[in-house]
Amino acid sequence: MNAATLPGQAAGKRGRVILTPEGLALPVTLASRGSRAGALILDVMILLSGMIAFQLLVSWIAGGLLEDAKLDPSGAPRGAQEFLMIVLVIVYFAAWYGYFLVQELGPRGATLGKRMVGIRIAARSGGSLSPEAVIARNLLRDIELFYPIVLILTLLVLNAGDEDIGPLPLVAAGWFALFLLLPFFNRDALRAGDIVAGTWVVERPCTKLAEALSTQGAAAAQGASAVTGARYEFGEAELSVYGEKELQTLEKMLRDAPPEALASVHATICRKIGWNPGEGDERAFLEAFYAQLRAKLEGDMRFGKRKADKFS
Amino acid sequence: MKAPTLSSWFGRGEIAAPPDIASATLRSDRFRLERESEWRRLEAIVAQMERGGLRRIADEDLLALPTLYRTAASSLAVARETSLDAATLAYLEGLVQRAWFQVYGPPRGFAAWLRGFLLGGWSRAVRAIWLDICIALFVMVAGSVVGWLLVAQDEAWYYRLVSGNFLDTRVPGASREELLQSLATEESAAGLSTFAAQLFSNNSAVCIFAFALGFAFGIPSLMLLVHNMAVLGAMLWLFNGQGLTLELAAWLSVHGTTEIFGILLSGAAGLHIGRSMAFPGSRPVLAAASEAGQRGAVVMVGVVIMMIIAALLEAFPRQLVDGTGARFLIGGMMLTFWLAYFFLYRPARQQPGDGT
Repeated sequence: MNAATLPGQAAGKRGRVILTPEGLALPVTLASRGSRAGALILDVMILLSGMIAFQLLVSWIAGGLLEDAKLDPSGAPRGAQEFLMIVLVIVYFAAWYGYFLVQELGPRGATLGKRMVGIRIAARSGGSLSPEAVIARNLLRDIELFYPIVLILTLLVLNAGDEDIGPLPLVAAGWFALFLLLPFFNRDALRAGDIVAGTWVVERPCTKLAEALSTQGAAAAQGASAVTGARYEFGEAELSVYGEKELQTLEKMLRDAPPEALASVHATICRKIGWNPGEGDERAFLEAFYAQLRAKLEGDMRFGKRKADKFS
Repeated sequence: MKAPTLSSWFGRGEIAAPPDIASATLRSDRFRLERESEWRRLEAIVAQMERGGLRRIADEDLLALPTLYRTAASSLAVARETSLDAATLAYLEGLVQRAWFQVYGPPRGFAAWLRGFLLGGWSRAVRAIWLDICIALFVMVAGSVVGWLLVAQDEAWYYRLVSGNFLDTRVPGASREELLQSLATEESAAGLSTFAAQLFSNNSAVCIFAFALGFAFGIPSLMLLVHNMAVLGAMLWLFNGQGLTLELAAWLSVHGTTEIFGILLSGAAGLHIGRSMAFPGSRPVLAAASEAGQRGAVVMVGVVIMMIIAALLEAFPRQLVDGTGARFLIGGMMLTFWLAYFFLYRPARQQPGDGT
C-alpha cells in the first residue's frame, strides 16, 4: 500500500497504523503533545471550577455549620458537621478519580477537555480498551501531576513560613519535570500512564462525505461544458503524463479551490500535454481531464500497473 | 449556493436525494454510490452511540451495527485497491475507525466489571503477582528488623524515623504508664469518622505512591516499604523496652493486618511493573509493562478498598475496643479473611477477561 492510498495520514511523523481484528490496517494520527496538554489543562479547570462551585453551594446551604467548627474549643467536629465533612472528603476523592475514569470508559473514550480538543484514547494493540487499562493510566496521573504539585505547594508554604526545606524543591521539581517531559522522550508521545496501560491518544477523525466527482459537470458520462458546450477527449499520450499524486491534488482543487487557481492549473496542464489553452470554461476542462485520467489510472491499477507521480 | 434557510439551521434540512448511479462514468464512483446509503446509515448509528444514547438506538440498528461495520471495512479494503478518490477514502477510513471504536469499545459497563472484579477477578490478580508479594514481604520484614536494630543501637534514630505527628508521650524514656495510656481507648465516638477519613487519604496516598513508583523499576517502591516498616520496627523496640510488645501488637493488629497487607500488595504491584520492565523475557518492554500495569491496576483498586476498611477499623474498633484478647481476635479474623479471600477463593471463571 503506497502513500497515495492512505490520504488520511497527517504530517507523516504522527501517523500510525492499527491492525483491526478483521485484518484491516487503519491509519490513525497521534494527538500532538500541545493538544494533549491543552486537553489536560481544560480538564483540570473544569474539575476545579466544579469543585469550587460545589463548595460554594455547600457553604451557602450549610455555611453556619462549617464556621462553628473553627470556633469550637474542643476541636473535634460533632454530628452534622462531621457528616458534612465526610461527604465533602468523599465527594472530592470521587470527583478527582471518577471524572476521568467514567468519561474515558464511556463510548467516546474522552473526557470533556479531550472532546473539546478533538482527541480520544485507544488501545495500542488494536484490541478493545479494557477498564483495567483506563484505571492504570489514571492512577499514574497522580504521581505525574497531583502529588508533585501538592508537594511543591507545601514546600512553598513552608518556605514562606521560614522553615528550612533544603534541596527538596529541586528534587520535587526534577521529578515533576521528568514525568512531564516523558512524552517528549519517546516516539509515540506516551506518558508514564500510557506506557503502563498500553494505550495511546489519537485524533478523532471527522470527515464528511464529499460529492462523487464523476457524476457532475463535464466529468459525467454525456458531459459537456455547461458554458461553452465543448466536449473534451484526451488520448493515451496526454493521459500518461501525470500520476496518482497529481490526480489527487487536482481532485482537492476541484473540490475546494477558487476559479483563479483553477485557471493557472488549466494553463499548466495544457502546457504539459501540448494543448492550446483556450478561453472559457476552465473548470469543465479540468473535470473532464480528471475523470479520464482517473479512469485510465484506475484501469491500470486493476492490472497492477501503478504510477505514483509524474516522475515515476 | 442556496440562501440558508431557518430549517437548515435547526433541523436536518431536506433529505438528500438518492444518488444517480447510472450517471457516474467511473466504475469506482458507481461502486461508491451503490454503498453510500449503508455508509450513511452506519455513520448515523455511530454518531448516535458517540452521543451516548445507547438505549435510544433502535434494536434493528444495534443488530445491524457489526454487519455494517464489516461491510464498511471490506468496502474500504476494496476501495483502496480500485479507487483513487481521495475524499471517499478519507471518509471511509474515518468512518471505519469510528465504528471500530464503538464495536470494539470497552466490553462491559462499569457495574458489570465491578461485579466480576469482586467475585474472583481481584483474587486472581493477587495470585498472579505471588512472587512479587513474597519479595515485598521479605523486604518489609527486613525493614522492620533494620528499624529495630537502628533504634536499639542509637536512640537518636527514633526521632529521625518516627515523624513528629505522633503524640509526644511515645518517645524513648517514657514510662510504662504513659505508653499504656497511649494504647487506651477513646471515651466516645465523636470525631472519629473525620479521623478515619484523614487516615484513609493518608494511607491510600502511601499505597498509590508505592504502586506508581514501581514505574521506576520498582526500586523506589521497595524503599518506601523499608521506610514504613522501619517506623514500625522503631515503635516495637520502644514498647518492648517497657515489656509492652504484646499490647502494642494487639493495638496495631486491629487495623494493621488490613493496612499492612494493603501496603504489601501495593508495593508488590509496583514491583511487578518494575520487574516486568527490567526483565521482559521474550516480549517487547512496552508490552510487558502494559500487561503488568493492567494486573497491577486491578490489585490497586482492591488496595483502595482495603484502605477504606483499614481506616474504618483504625478509627472505630481500635479506639472503642479494649483488651488485648479482643483486639487480637479482630485482627486475626481480618487476616484470616483476607488470606482466604485471596488464596482459597477460586470461583470458576465466568466470562473471558472477567476482571483480570
